[in-house]
Amino acid sequence: MNLGRALAYFPTFARICFRSRLGVFMTLIFPVMLILVFGAIFANTGSTRVPLSVENLDRNSPLSQQFLAGLNDTGVVSVSLVSPTVGNLSDYVTHNSLVAGLVIPQGFGATLTNRSPVRLLLFTNPSSAVAAGEVQGAVQGVANGMDLRIAGGSPLVTYVDLNAGGHIFTVIDYLVPGLIGFSVLVSPMMQMVNLSSTWKREKLFRELSLTPLSRGEWLFATLLWYVVLALVSTVLLTGLGTLLFGAHVTLTPLALPFLIVGPVLFVSIGLLAGTVSRTPEVAGMIGNVITFPMMFLSGTFYPVSMFPSWLVPVAHALLLYYLIDGLNASLLFGNVSTALTDLAIVTVLAIGFAFAATEAFTWREERGRVLPRRNVLPDGARGPVAD
Amino acid sequence: MIRLALDAYDRRRAKRRNPPATLSHEPAQEGGSARVRSSTPVIEVSHLEKTYGKVHAVNNISFDIRAGEVFSFLGPNGAGKSTTVEILEGLRARTGGEVRVLGLDPWSHFDQVKTRIGVIPQDFHFFPKLTPREAIRLYARLFNAKVDPDEILARVELTDKANDYYDTLSGGQHQKVGVALSLVNDPEVCFLDEPTTGLDPRARRSIWAFIRRLRDEGRAVLLTTHYLEEAQQLSDRIGILNFGKVIATGSPRAIISEFGRPERIRIVGDPSIASRLKPLGLPMTQTDGEVEVELHSKNDALPILQTVSTSGLRWESFSTVNDSLEDVFIRMVGHLEDDTSTTPTRGEVAT
Repeated sequence: MNLGRALAYFPTFARICFRSRLGVFMTLIFPVMLILVFGAIFANTGSTRVPLSVENLDRNSPLSQQFLAGLNDTGVVSVSLVSPTVGNLSDYVTHNSLVAGLVIPQGFGATLTNRSPVRLLLFTNPSSAVAAGEVQGAVQGVANGMDLRIAGGSPLVTYVDLNAGGHIFTVIDYLVPGLIGFSVLVSPMMQMVNLSSTWKREKLFRELSLTPLSRGEWLFATLLWYVVLALVSTVLLTGLGTLLFGAHVTLTPLALPFLIVGPVLFVSIGLLAGTVSRTPEVAGMIGNVITFPMMFLSGTFYPVSMFPSWLVPVAHALLLYYLIDGLNASLLFGNVSTALTDLAIVTVLAIGFAFAATEAFTWREERGRVLPRRNVLPDGARGPVAD
Repeated sequence: MIRLALDAYDRRRAKRRNPPATLSHEPAQEGGSARVRSSTPVIEVSHLEKTYGKVHAVNNISFDIRAGEVFSFLGPNGAGKSTTVEILEGLRARTGGEVRVLGLDPWSHFDQVKTRIGVIPQDFHFFPKLTPREAIRLYARLFNAKVDPDEILARVELTDKANDYYDTLSGGQHQKVGVALSLVNDPEVCFLDEPTTGLDPRARRSIWAFIRRLRDEGRAVLLTTHYLEEAQQLSDRIGILNFGKVIATGSPRAIISEFGRPERIRIVGDPSIASRLKPLGLPMTQTDGEVEVELHSKNDALPILQTVSTSGLRWESFSTVNDSLEDVFIRMVGHLEDDTSTTPTRGEVAT
């Protein structure tokens, strides 16, 4: 391979990509739009706590105040008080699309002091089943603790809840590595699927093959372009996330291999899809079928840990998951062993797909392909098939 | 090696004599410039075969092309022309036979061969968002050629479009970009696969003049074309392919002479003229108001004229008729391609 020739072709490929509106949009504008939109939505939530609306009808009792303080201390819910004048809390939760509402009845403190049973009312929204489950767990836990304390007992088994890395990560923190993974996926995949099928139809690969540029040099220049793009979008998204939305992301050298191997993986898949497809339309369809599930189910916009349990194995089956998990491990948690495991998985996949793509993608004769012909012979006899 | 060195010398000498080829609207002056033809072939094809499964696309064909020669392939769709050209360009592997381009096997020495050939493919396309100047610069960098893009653009009359994106250019200008790119590496052999298809007559004439100049500079040109008139005007030799076989090869005149019918006298007039000419014993065909009599020799013409003149029958015109390349092609291969939407009024065949 002649590196000079590959680098000579590189600026031309960059021009071709930048002058395509789709290329610029997918490469730079779309990820920036996403971080601005999602950042604006999630930046002010402060944490991933589930909001819990509480109607405290026993406002003056110290025990009800203790109960609410206990709920806040769980770190799971964020208590906000609603006025008793709202009426039926169940309707209030439904009409305001809240996750859950809790009613502390009048005489809550006095009843407990008399060691009599008291009933709390918890309304949960069925459309937020996962979050509602977290609220139920928190309320149950605080109630059990209070029961024990009133009964004069003390807990024998306790635990300390510590956040890994010593920091509570918010959605915006997860969003930055997620969107970096998104841009590593989308730009190479979409462009390569389109480019490889269109260039094949327009015989542009044939044009290049008749120059001294080799297949390997072309591939190297193409990969280099997408690695540069991945680096640029990493800096851009990290900068925007940090400066505008206070994301806690640290650029570390551990992220660098992901920004090299990731583009190799998705360029290879895009090239393979475009090469094996008969038409650009079919290639586009295959590209979408591959890209869209990964785009939404790999932890791009929300951490996989918050997915319902049945969806988690689906996420684990998607290639982008390992890239984003590795980026989370390197950019957020500084978890070297997880990052290296993910890197190993992404590297093996990248090598496999790169091998398959280079086998399928040929400069010269398309193996075994027989071109159709129109018979123009006078006697209607069928001749050989070629032109 | 000696052979190649001699060819290279021939080409250099030709370049000294002639300015570089340019696209021009002026028809090339026949014999107006020195012709350089080497006796040693730069393309040698011997018993070439190409099969796709059970299909014989190219079936045992042999020919050669010398430097300073324009060789044209004619044949119906599916005859194997483009397959043959692509094998010579090194883009397709052959099934059997021997092929040499500039003394090298184009498949196994693809990297060496492609630096010395120029190709204008059928239906040329390029990157839509590159300008002609950028395209030439790219090729110059890849071929490591010291060329002035503006000079090449001037040669193909694209100076005023140098900075326009390829997708804004017309069909003729697209083809000119292809021509420009094929010149960047100063090729010794040019493969032109239907270079004038879809061009208007002005652009077509301009490409013709350019092809003549390529030949005059001592380059070998392998041309495939839809247009018989084009082949007849430009070619030193023609190969007619059918069903993957070369069924005729030679200069246009030699092919017409060998495969065409003899010269004929055509008389338009009274249908009874035919019966008056019968005693002369010459082969004759008669259609509506027309009689054609084949001449065995020039001396047969006089008795025919005398017989008609003395018959007292009405006649409107006498003319001599010779077969054109088109007539010969139709007789040998079948009929003309039916798709004539973008073609001249006559002289087109399917390729």
